[in-house]
Amino acid sequence: MKKKIFILLILLFISIILGLVSGSVAIPFTKLLLKENQPILILRALRVLTALIAGSGLAVSGIVLQAILRNSLAEPYLLGTSSGAGLGAVIAIIIGISGIYLPLAAFIGAVASIIIVYTLAKQNHKLSEQSLILSGVIVSVALSAIIVFLVSISGNEALHGLTWWLWGSLQVYNLKLLALITLIVSLGIAMIYFFSQDMNAISIGEEEALHLGIDVESVKKILILITSLITASLVCICGVIGFVGLMIPHMMRLVVGPNHKVLIPVTCIAAAIFMVLCDVISRTIFPPLEIPIGVITAILGAPTFIVLLKRSQRAK
Amino acid sequence: MEALLKINNLSGGYHEKTIINDISLEIQSGDFTGIIGPNGSGKTTLLRLASRILKPKKGNIVFQGKDIASMRSKEFSKRVAFVQQDTLINFSFSVFEIVLLGRIPHLGRLDFETKEDIEIANSALRMTDTAKLKDKNINELSAGERQRVIIAKALAQEPVLLFLDEPTSHLDIAHQIQALDLLRKLNRANKLTIVMVLHDLNLASEYCNRVILFNEGRIFKEGTPHEVLTYQNIEAVYKTVVVVNNNPINSKPYVILVPKEK
Repeated sequence: MKKKIFILLILLFISIILGLVSGSVAIPFTKLLLKENQPILILRALRVLTALIAGSGLAVSGIVLQAILRNSLAEPYLLGTSSGAGLGAVIAIIIGISGIYLPLAAFIGAVASIIIVYTLAKQNHKLSEQSLILSGVIVSVALSAIIVFLVSISGNEALHGLTWWLWGSLQVYNLKLLALITLIVSLGIAMIYFFSQDMNAISIGEEEALHLGIDVESVKKILILITSLITASLVCICGVIGFVGLMIPHMMRLVVGPNHKVLIPVTCIAAAIFMVLCDVISRTIFPPLEIPIGVITAILGAPTFIVLLKRSQRAK
Repeated sequence: MEALLKINNLSGGYHEKTIINDISLEIQSGDFTGIIGPNGSGKTTLLRLASRILKPKKGNIVFQGKDIASMRSKEFSKRVAFVQQDTLINFSFSVFEIVLLGRIPHLGRLDFETKEDIEIANSALRMTDTAKLKDKNINELSAGERQRVIIAKALAQEPVLLFLDEPTSHLDIAHQIQALDLLRKLNRANKLTIVMVLHDLNLASEYCNRVILFNEGRIFKEGTPHEVLTYQNIEAVYKTVVVVNNNPINSKPYVILVPKEK
């Protein structure tokens, strides 16, 4: 186990270096430290930082939802976060308050959709996993329809910039916002780790967890609140980045098993590595153009996922 | 001596529906109690009330002199464990990891399991004869093996009282006997008090020293298997014709079903 974590940490280090030296212009590390290249170094360091928090935040949110829904196919946007944020952004652009208010609008949209999903799913003060999944899907579809409707009737040129939003980007344009969100995401992950034992128990069944003395309903509410904050915050700086929250937890479960005390830290590191590397690819594959990061994660993710799935089926 | 578990005028059920109606009973330390009765008579509801899954509508349940509603969850789970009918697990935990989960009530939030916890989990595995399955994936086991692992997890909680809800209903006869023999061994050697819901009247007769017969949310009759498992009681509650003989091996009552269509 220690060896696996050590290998992951080395890979993380390598990928961070790679993230710093590569870009539309590759600059060797020694030259990057020179004074004239400092702005580039800072810009790339911020991108790497964004990749780190986006990767770990999304993957850990995925783990949480997978554990409390006891479904390894749950992903962080299940609660309508992505379409809610998208709708918030579209409305902000149409009524012309984009710019600094865009992230805020996206955040409000994301939080609003989570509240709708949560309220729909709640029955008799309890949250059943089926109704949560179902209302998440319904709200996502409805909100996406409204997005497409608004986009098609508005004809606003600015909406073409929406693609990056719906497929994600790690471009940093607001330092304060990045600092705030880094804080939210790291604190959120730390708090989630605090509940890893509860998540182990809940992932084998809610009644089993109750019999082990865990206050399941409160733990679920707290965890949903934290993951919602993490995903909503991440959506407003990097848009929707698919697959990371689904695939990296799944892969790491195959490597280290489902015990959350180990799974959470390992997944954090693995998702950070994956995200930094995807960003490197998105910047270097067609310079100076940049491919939306969500496209890279999906293209890399889907086949890896299929291979792993097939292999684990064969192992059984 | 005061009863280990005392149920006083208990009523309860789900939302609007009251299933259990004004029940009082006592479980003595060291008892092996079987709860029997037709479907919907309130057996499982009673277990769910007694294990704090459901809240009583009226009455209370006193465990070791304390009202269970006022106990902290982990305090309660250190002493009372529960085995469900069948536990399906979606994630590929190893057998050892599952058994170790039984230590959660004894651990603080961020505590890792100590050597002692691991030793307790190992001894639960040995007691249930599942030590050789330790590193296997829980989903690769047969239903009988899985049920024994779940019992091992309950034992790792180090309970004084163990509830089981039809623990043998998904098992073939060999695994049924294996599981119930294990419970008998634990009851005798470890003084573990057992309360078990069972469908099979003959298994209840064989293994339990006390039997409680439920009917329509109330206790119809309680006592030794001989007192409860009479053809009059069974026919009155199940509305089915039966013949009750004595088992030639141990002279306990043995229920034979008599079909209507010949």
